Amino acid sequence: MELQIQYFALLREQRGLSDEKLQTTAATPTELYEELGAKYMFTLPADRVRAAVNGEFVAAEAALKSGDTVVFIPPVAGG
Amino acid sequence: MFKIVSEPIEIESLKATLEDAQAGACVTFEGWVRNHNEGKPVQALDYEAYAELAEAEGNRIFAEARERFALEAIVCVHRMGALQIGDLAVWVGVTAAHRGGAFDACRYVIDEVKARVPIWKKEHYADGASEWINCATRGVGAGVSKKA
Repeated sequence: MELQIQYFALLREQRGLSDEKLQTTAATPTELYEELGAKYMFTLPADRVRAAVNGEFVAAEAALKSGDTVVFIPPVAGG
Repeated sequence: MFKIVSEPIEIESLKATLEDAQAGACVTFEGWVRNHNEGKPVQALDYEAYAELAEAEGNRIFAEARERFALEAIVCVHRMGALQIGDLAVWVGVTAAHRGGAFDACRYVIDEVKARVPIWKKEHYADGASEWINCATRGVGAGVSKKA
């Protein structure tokens, strides 16, 4: 299936871009993060990153579907 | 109103939006860029946000604050981009009939914003190094949930 991925902060720098479309067989945010992390050498382990799909936080094991926009949220630091 | 902005925060105009004859208390919080963090001299900061989700999560925090405390109005604005020492990064304003709820809600809002809202901060140090805060994977911060 085809997904849209947006990257922010540390992940944007490690990926080297802000967004991309990609084809994947990853069924969940965790699977997708593991796939991308292995490819682009992300330093944050999956358990320190939250996932959002189509603008809302989702569980790490939520089901992804074609056309979803996925964002991984590194540890936040506002304020 | 929870808002992510890229321009400097204008306190007076934000405060004017809170004016209300029902309110007997207004508590505000200003988060400033300081020149050190965990013993290291800081020269500047970059803030970045996932604005769509940040505003949605910010408004959820406001709804929670309204359930916990008797409030009139809540405003929080967080600035993005390259900020210098002394710049105002975040402003929270809360009004209520009485001061107790206003103090407690202001504290609740800024604590939850720091812990949950998708905003990131990169510090630039005097020695030329830089670091995304809370994202270290080795050293002192690694593997620790640092929400303060």
